[in-house]
Formats: sequence, C-alpha cells, structure tokens
Amino acid sequence: MCEQITAMSVRELMEAMQTKRLSAREVCQAYLKQLKQREDDVNAYLSVTSELAMEQAKAVDEQRASGQALPALAGVPGGIKDNILTLGVRTSCASKMLENFIPPYDATVMEKLNGQRFVLLGKLNMDEFAMGSSTENSFFKVTHNPRALDRVPGGSSGGSAAAVAAQEAAFALGSDTGGSIRQPAAFCGVVGMKPTYGTVSRYGLVAFASSLDQIGPLTRDVYDSALILNAIAGHDPKDATSVRRDVPDYTLGIGQGVRGLKVALPRQCFEGEIAPEVKEAVLSAARKYEKLGATVEEVDMPALEHALPAYYVISSAEASSNLARFDGVRYGYRAQGCQTMEELYKRSRSEGFGPEVKRRIMLGTFALSSGYYDAYYKKAQQVRTLVMRDYGRIFEEHDVILSPVAPTTAYKIGSKTQDALSMYRGDIFTVPVNIAGVPALSMPCGQDADGLPVGMQLIGRPFSEPLLYRAGYAFEQSEKEGKPA
Amino acid sequence: MNTEYEMIIGLEVHIELKTETKIFCSCPTGFGAEPNTQCCPVCAGLPGALPVLNKKVVEYAVKAGLATHCQIARLSRQDRKNYFYPDLPKAYQISQYDLPLCEHGYLTIETASGPKQVGITRIHIEEDAGKLVHDEQKGTFIDLNRCGVPLIEVVSEPDMRSAEEARAYLQKLRTVILSTGISDCRMNEGSLRCDVNLSIRPVGETRLGTRTEIKNLNSFQSMVRAIEYEFARQVEAVRTGQSIVQETRRFDQASGKTYSMRGKEEANDYRYFPDPDLPPIALGSEEIEALRATLPASPDARERQYVKEYGLSAADARRIAADAGLAEYFEQGAKSCAHPRIMANLLISEALPLSGTEPIRVKAGDLAQLADMLAAEEINSSTAKRVLREISQDGQPPRQVVDRLGLWQINDERALDDIVRQVLEESTALVESYRRGKQAALKGLIGQAMARSNGLGNPVKIEALLREALK
Repeated sequence: MCEQITAMSVRELMEAMQTKRLSAREVCQAYLKQLKQREDDVNAYLSVTSELAMEQAKAVDEQRASGQALPALAGVPGGIKDNILTLGVRTSCASKMLENFIPPYDATVMEKLNGQRFVLLGKLNMDEFAMGSSTENSFFKVTHNPRALDRVPGGSSGGSAAAVAAQEAAFALGSDTGGSIRQPAAFCGVVGMKPTYGTVSRYGLVAFASSLDQIGPLTRDVYDSALILNAIAGHDPKDATSVRRDVPDYTLGIGQGVRGLKVALPRQCFEGEIAPEVKEAVLSAARKYEKLGATVEEVDMPALEHALPAYYVISSAEASSNLARFDGVRYGYRAQGCQTMEELYKRSRSEGFGPEVKRRIMLGTFALSSGYYDAYYKKAQQVRTLVMRDYGRIFEEHDVILSPVAPTTAYKIGSKTQDALSMYRGDIFTVPVNIAGVPALSMPCGQDADGLPVGMQLIGRPFSEPLLYRAGYAFEQSEKEGKPA
Repeated sequence: MNTEYEMIIGLEVHIELKTETKIFCSCPTGFGAEPNTQCCPVCAGLPGALPVLNKKVVEYAVKAGLATHCQIARLSRQDRKNYFYPDLPKAYQISQYDLPLCEHGYLTIETASGPKQVGITRIHIEEDAGKLVHDEQKGTFIDLNRCGVPLIEVVSEPDMRSAEEARAYLQKLRTVILSTGISDCRMNEGSLRCDVNLSIRPVGETRLGTRTEIKNLNSFQSMVRAIEYEFARQVEAVRTGQSIVQETRRFDQASGKTYSMRGKEEANDYRYFPDPDLPPIALGSEEIEALRATLPASPDARERQYVKEYGLSAADARRIAADAGLAEYFEQGAKSCAHPRIMANLLISEALPLSGTEPIRVKAGDLAQLADMLAAEEINSSTAKRVLREISQDGQPPRQVVDRLGLWQINDERALDDIVRQVLEESTALVESYRRGKQAALKGLIGQAMARSNGLGNPVKIEALLREALK
C-alpha cells in the first residue's frame, strides 16, 4: 500500500485525499516510511521534519473531517531545497557557514505553500550555495542518483531531483541559476521547470546570482509541475524583480496537443561535445513532435558558445557580492580565537566556505575589480544581450526550442570533482536560458545503454510556460501510449 | 591670509531624508529608539532578504535636485558598493555610481567679493549603515536601527577657495534643503554630515593639487577649523619639501588637528556594479514637473521678492527667506499688512526672541495689524512690545488688548504741550544743562515727559515740542 501511495502523482494524491480515499496522515506516513527505506542509499535530505510533517497532516485531516474547505495542495508532501528559507527549520545551503542557521522568517514560496497546507517532509541536499552541477559540493553529504546509486544526481538541486525520483517526496522545490533544476531533473529522470525570470518570488531564496536565480518545481510528471507552479507563482511586493502579471492556471489547455507548433532545433546544440546517445534521444523526440503534428526546423544559435563564459563571469560576480554578508559577525559560522576584525573575516570565510564557493568568490571579485570590470563583467553583459537577441530572432518564427539539457547522462560520483572546467562545460545548454531569463522545461526523453535517463528541454518565449507544459504533456502522453501498461 | 598658496575645497554632504520608513523596507526611521528595535531581515542583511525601493526617497531626492538647479536623470541606477565593515550587514552599501539621480546643479553664495556660484556635481541616493557602540568592558555592539535610513549625498565641484566660502555654501545648502521639507538637517543628530576635500596650489596655478579628504565633520565650527588646520598643514608640508599624500583624514575636536585614517594604497576597491535586485529608476517629465510644482519658492527667490515687493531690508529679507516656516508665516501676514517692512522688523526683533525655540504663538494676521497700528502712530514701539507679549499669552486681537489696557498713544498736541510745560518747570537742572550745550540732557527731558504720559506719549512729537520750547 505504501509503495502505491508514494508512486502516485501529486494530481492523484490530491484527488485521493479530496475524495477521502486517503487521509493526509496515511500519505505522510507512507512517505516517511519510504524515506526510512531509501535515505541510506540516496541521501537526498539534509534534515527530515517528520514530527512537523505529521502535525501538518493531522491538521489537514481534522479540517477536512470538520467539513471545511481546503486548498488544492492540502496534505501533499514535498521537500524543499535547503537554500529556501523555512521559518524555524534549519536552512544551511549545504554549507558549514550556515550549519546552525535557523531562519526567523519564511521565504515567500514557503508562505504560499503553507497557505496551500502542503506537508513539509524536510530540506534537501544541494551543492554548497547552489554552486555546482553534481551535489558533490555539499558540505554534509553526497547524494546518490536513485536510478543508479554510483552516479551523481546532478546539481545543484540534486537532493530535490533524487527525492522526487526515489519517491521520497511527491514534489520538490529547487532553484535554477544556470541549470540547477533542469540538469538534475534530466539526470534523475524527472520533470523540472525553470520559470521565466520574475515569475516566482526570490524573497527568502538565499541569493547566488540575483539576476539569474529562479525557484521552480521538480515533479514526477508535467501536469504536477503545472500544479506546483500554480501554487508558487505570482507578484511579490517584497521582490522588486518579480513581475506584475496575472498568474494563469498553468494546467489549462495542457492537453490540447502540438498540432501546428513550430519547434526549433539549434544546430550548435548537436555539434561538438555531446554524447551520441543523448543526441539521438533528443533528435528522436524531435521526430516524435513531427509525428504529433508539429513542424521541426534546424536553426542557428551563434551566441551559444559565448554564453557559458559570460554566465560564469556574471554569476560569480554577483555571487561574490551576495556571499559577502557571510562574515562571521551576526550569524553563521564564526572562527574562534580571532584577535582582530580582519582576522575574524578572513578565518570565518576561509573555514566556513568550501573550495568551489571560494573559487567562485575569487573569480567574481576579480571580474568586478577596478581595471578588469570592462574586460569581464561589462563584456559578459554584452554577451547577455547577444544571447537574448539570438532567442528573440528564433522566437520570431518558432514557438519553442528543443535541445538537450546536458551533454551527457549522469556520470560516476567522483569522476569530475578534480576538473572544475569539465564540470562547468556540462552547463552549456542550460545557462543561455538563465542569461536570457526565458522559461524552460526539462523532462525525460529516453535512456542510454546503461538505462540512465536522458533529458530534453523545451525553451519558450518569456511567460510561455503554458505552451511549454502543453508541448511537454503531449510528448509525455505519447511516450506512455508507446509503452505497454 | 596666505598669499602664496590658495586652497581648493569641494564638499560631500550627506543629508538624511525624513521619510517615515527606510529606503528598502518598511521599518520606521525615528531617531533615538532602543538599539535594534527598528530593523527587519532586510536591514539585518539576512540571507534571502531583498530590497524594495521606497518611492518617497526618489521623490525627496528629486526635490533636492530641483531646488539646487540640477538636471534630473530620466533613467538612473542603483549600484552596490562592496566593502567589509561590521556596521554594514550585507557587506555592500546600495548607492548610485555612474548614473546618479541628479547632476549639474549649483548654488549661489555671498562672498566678500560678491555673489559666487558653487557647482553641484551630483546628488545621489543611498542607504545609511548601522552604528557600532563601543563599551570598554563588554566590547563592541552593533545597532542596526540606522541601517537603511535614506540619505542623499550632495557632491560639490571644487569651487570654494576659503573656509568662509565653504561655510557659506554649507549654510546655503542647508537653507535650501530645509525649505524643501525633505530633511531636518540637524548636524548634532547626524542628519547632515560633511566631508571636506581639500588641496592647495600656488596662486596662479591652474592645475589641481593632490587632495585629502576629511571625514564626518558634524558642525559648522568643526568644518571651518578642520579646513584652516588642513590648509596650514598642507602648506607647511609643501614648504618643507614633503609631498601631499592622497588619503582620508579624521578631524580631532580636542586638538583641532587632522589625522591620517588610511592612505590611497589601503583604500578599498569598492567593485561597484549595478544591483541586480533593483530595477533601474525611470522618471517621466510629468512626474518631475509634478514634484517641481510642490516645491516652495526658493530662498533666493523669496529674498528678492521681499526686498522688491515688500521693501524689506536685505538683512531682514534674507533672515526670513532662509527659514521656510518663517517665510510662510511672514507671507501670510503680509497679505493683510500695509507695512510689511515694519512687520518684518517686529517679527525678527520681537516675535522671534519671544518664542525662543517654540513656534510663534502670535497669529500672522495679528502681527500684521500690530505693525499697521505702529505705522499709523496709534501705538508706540514700546507699547507694541508689550502688546505682543500680551497676545502671545491670551491670543486676543491687538486692538482689544490696547483698548483693555488703555495703551493708545497720545498724539494730541495740546495734551502733549501740557506735559512738556510741566516737565520744563520741574526739571530746571536738565534745562540748565541743555542750555549750556549738553545735548544728552534732551534725552533726559524726553524720558521725563514719557514717564509723565505713562509711556503713552508720542515720543517724536514730544521731542519736537521740547526743542521748540527750549529755543
């Protein structure tokens, strides 16, 4: 019974609880049991809030029993990436720096989910301060890919993707600065949405690169993704970069199919460093779209090759400033026995941050330094304009762009930790999306010879999430039909 | 005065805006609250907290720009100034770098050689930092109440050539800002702080020398003393063959000297870049014009108007125009006053000293009436003073007070002539003395006559009658 419950989608859980076939407590217990069984292998969670979860589930059941109306997601259990602030529940960003940080306030997305009466299972592992692509940069633990335990789950939202894939959460929230939702979703075979910049409030998300960061859902299927985005999207007066725009119902029209949809395939995404099996799986998805009535056309995206270095300059520059507040003075890790202020800063930061975070801080500090600003930061911003122009040009004639999420499937744990550049190159297909602020949906589109999932991404115009969901859903349905039940 | 070298002075003035809430959150800005009672995650720079710009701050800064003849930027930006200090929770200050809100303004000051324009390079908005509280026993504490209190920084051109010009500029800036109502400009509470940039050069040289910056001067007196000391120090250094080092210096009140705080090589590289949390500030001409319309007439314009339209003396006009509240009071009274010059006199020499630091309690219309009564010789000036004291207590109209106390002036020549004759008869010694050529004796005789009239006689007429009778 428990296995059946944790295998259910968010949509199915909602219906089962609304019709009282399942209680929120039963659902919560099933998940806590699954967690117990799987966590030793997967290591997705940094903290599990079992007691809180059961209390929340109980309250939902009591309210339902009393006949009072409940919001859509009431009783649905989820996990939250550990860089999203949860009032009273430790939020560490997988860093020694914030090992004991208990937030005094909730992120706006948490207020929204709590308003929906979801059940918080716990906080999910990640690369330290979301810097990394494998979750191996966590100070606390290495998360294993539930599809193959010797593989990385991707990153930085590796814990979120692994928890959803291992059925340790019905859904999870992640954050995506350069692919951190989409790439782990691809590696673990789940669905990840990076919404248009400004769609989801960043208030209470520990900032990595403010102009690129977006929170988004990781789910088992496309419909669930739309349901969760419904709950977390919307203008927030506390975030000056959140857009003033009515939030549509993202599930509306999701089943309308893709007849007449114009799909673009950027040539540059299929040349150079890309595993043949990944390339074949995505091209086969393109053929599937043609069968479903869409037109597919190759296009040029010349700025693609410049996007990666521009991304590392911009994101590191912003990070160097955003992470300066972790100085050992007011909260977080403080080095002991310091004699001067200078020493307190130096030692707290040297001891509190891991090597990848320090690398980015140094890179970003350098890029912003007087005399280098024009050559690096300013130039990177110019590349940003070029990338946006490429997208703009493609979207004049096409509705969505189809591309791989990552050049490879999930690699072995430890295989890239000594080579930062090789790790960075894995972000080539995901970073342009953040640089341009457009939305992208990552979803499974096949497997490699080892049975590891391959992910594809659908990229759209700003605020075209409903269209991306429609395109993703059509593909997902056709894949289901192709398989024996 | 040194004739060999001249000083080149530019000022950077920080002015606290009196908005109700802070620049990036809704915490209150009040002065003197218990430490850390006016702060939130945004002020404290907690992880995940984000700034949202308070619109009032932009409006106030634009008003400051308009009042100082600046051009207002249609598009300006907020930048991060990165440096580590315990009073700066985010380790960056949100300020404006290359696209400030206001640029290219000026103020006109009075100098010994006539009026002079001092250029204003720019005015930008920024947030204040917190306050460190040092305790010898317990260590250092941080009060975050001030974090995020909105400031404008007004940067002048290096146009001033003496401490007096610097003082006149700062005074003028304060007057103009006060007139807009955007700040209290209280130096003792830190709502107006001044940094001085000073260099010297041989008279006749046109290039600028190396400058030093003297930080955080908190009174006019400190500023003047710091400038005088620093000028002498630099001249002495150059004369003895030392070079001036570009550095930040601190003024010590007790010794009256400036001391080096940090040199250029230790100076921070602030790594300014546009704050990605804040969209650019866009202003339309309609918004700017709407703000211009809310500004009162500038102190300069008021001063000119008072001299030209109301016939005030230059000194009285400047005194009243410099204080927006006083100017409004005066203008209100002047509407119903036939003799505004006399009213201005009464206002400055009588009503103001009477009110002290409190607001003036006499209604502007009553002061106007009193001025007209004085002008029409219905009362004399000592009566005017007395009536003013009365009406500031009970608020009765001046005519009623004069009626009630019987203070109307005696102008009747026959009545006055009687008084004069009596005085001449009784004060034979004074009369003798006057006749021997002692003019001061006349004052004594007038005094006698005034006393005999219970202070109500018309002193001018009494004097004329006395002179006539003593011929």
